[in-house]
Amino acid sequence: MAGNWLLPAETTSSGRPVLQPGEVESSLQPTVDLVNEENPNLPIFKSGLLILTTYRLLWLPNPESTTSAPTSKAVAVPLAAVTHIFQSKKSIKGMFASPRVRFQVSVTPDGRVQERGSKSAVITLVFRGKSDPDSFVGKFYEAWRGRAWVGAVSASSQGESRPVVLGDGGGSSSSDTGFALKMPVVGVSGILRKEQEMWESTDKSLQDAFQDLNALMTKAKDMVILAEKMRQKLLSSSSSSSTQTNATNDEEMSSKEEMQEWLLSVGIISPVTKESAGALYHQQLSRQLADFVKIPLEKAGGIMNLIDIYCLFNRARGTELISPDDLLRACSLWEKFNVPVMLKKFESGVMVIQNKSHSDEEVFSRIRTLVQNPDALQTGISATDAARMLGIAPAMAKEHLLAAESKGFLCRDVSPDGFRFYINIFQDIDPNDLYLVKEYGIYDAWNRAAIASR
Amino acid sequence: MNAHSNTICDCSLKAIDYGVNSDQAMQTLGDHKLPHFFNYPPYFTLQPVRETREKQIQLWKELILDYCRTQKIFIIGLEEDFPLFSNPAIERSLNHEAREAFLSAIVLDGRAEWMDKSHRQCLILWHRIKDWADLILRFVKENGLEDSVMTIEEIRSGIESRGTDIHGMERTVLVRALKTSGKQRKTCNLQGNFNR
Repeated sequence: MAGNWLLPAETTSSGRPVLQPGEVESSLQPTVDLVNEENPNLPIFKSGLLILTTYRLLWLPNPESTTSAPTSKAVAVPLAAVTHIFQSKKSIKGMFASPRVRFQVSVTPDGRVQERGSKSAVITLVFRGKSDPDSFVGKFYEAWRGRAWVGAVSASSQGESRPVVLGDGGGSSSSDTGFALKMPVVGVSGILRKEQEMWESTDKSLQDAFQDLNALMTKAKDMVILAEKMRQKLLSSSSSSSTQTNATNDEEMSSKEEMQEWLLSVGIISPVTKESAGALYHQQLSRQLADFVKIPLEKAGGIMNLIDIYCLFNRARGTELISPDDLLRACSLWEKFNVPVMLKKFESGVMVIQNKSHSDEEVFSRIRTLVQNPDALQTGISATDAARMLGIAPAMAKEHLLAAESKGFLCRDVSPDGFRFYINIFQDIDPNDLYLVKEYGIYDAWNRAAIASR
Repeated sequence: MNAHSNTICDCSLKAIDYGVNSDQAMQTLGDHKLPHFFNYPPYFTLQPVRETREKQIQLWKELILDYCRTQKIFIIGLEEDFPLFSNPAIERSLNHEAREAFLSAIVLDGRAEWMDKSHRQCLILWHRIKDWADLILRFVKENGLEDSVMTIEEIRSGIESRGTDIHGMERTVLVRALKTSGKQRKTCNLQGNFNR
């Protein structure tokens, strides 16, 4: 097919690009056409979303126009293949047409975009929407000259190039080239000296990094590598010490595990920001959030408090914090995109994020079995009991119990002992004969439990 | 209407006995048998869900009327201890809101009346006024008391009425029953006996 003269790009199920390790988004532009000037017969990529990262120029089809299979059409131009960026000419004619940005890429003889290709082609970007091509060109130039992909290539050659969007973005390592011209390692003293050198350099980079936030941002990559190294060290030491089993070791182990957890979730490498996404901010944020919540949701059993998500998401974003309002807007945009998660508001006003596959019916049936065991028939269950037995947060358990109550499954009991829920036996009682207990059903089961406990 | 606050809740003088009848494992209150669900804690919390609450109110209505009938109780004071409104066995009792809700439901059915605007006392009519009038007339006929004169106290506590529902009847209810039958010109000669 003639359309594949560009490299294919992967996207997530929510329509966000899958970034390579260390790749960071720097600008997003809506409704951009991508045209090959050398061969006008090639299909034009019309009015899609253009994403400039530190490694690539990504073009994603407009999600509204191609809802069927947007993942198949996303394409990329590696910045490494760009050979020249043309300065945009200001002319009278240009004032009336849509702004254009032209750049030259190297291509293979049969016209495919490739690094170090023998031929070259000119690609034109046509900005149709309300956008600022001048600042885009600035960022484009900056990213191209930044050559951020150079370090990444060595990392991928080491087989660490799992495509990640978030989580541990470790990957690229520039440290192993750092000691190339140092003295050769000879004997024990050599090993000691090398250890010392490494220790000093680590210490220095830590100090540099924490001087101010800007320095931290520039050092972020090194910090990620450091975190990854520490994690590896912890992992290996914990596996070697697992043979010993005593109380203090367990404690140590748990603190190590905690440490690992922290290091594992270093965060989102390329958070969507107002600066990079502009008008597309909430839309892109929404997609990124949808990708992000998948893992925590799975751990929490398919449903999570919005506040918890807010904390987790902001922690993962590091310095690029978002406001609660932004989060809420991002969540409410999910309805429009085809994402596997949804925002749900309980009657009490508590908002949660849940998997679409997570069904209330299942929770209700679990609650129903809970309240029907003999102890619960007699003494009821509190939100805390339900939380423990369902493995969810107490506030969430209470919401489920209240929902079950409103459906008539449960009855409440408010007393000095607290707020408890019982199975609803009212529906089973005959109002014309208060003393009749049918020999089956919930009333009978409750009655048997009540008599047995006396 | 005369308010007879000194006759509220005769039952409170009786020994309250929350015994358990071992044969049927059924709780009793005095000599009144209580249904099993009297030990169901949510029965004592006013349910917020409409459907459940309707059922709960219905069960309370039946129990209150049943209890008042067997214990000959005419007036329930909301702020006083009413044995039916608490269950020491499960340490639950109805709060004021719930008591008012259940009694209001009986009032709506025409089986009770609020005695004051602040809903502090409720007159329970386990026989309607018209039924009371019929009972009195039957009592008069059965005892051959037609054409004779009786005071209200004689009807309430006389030897003749002993063993019938009329014995120990609430004065207010009796007066209103007599008024009803007076309108039907069945007891008109009694009209002059009211000390109003």
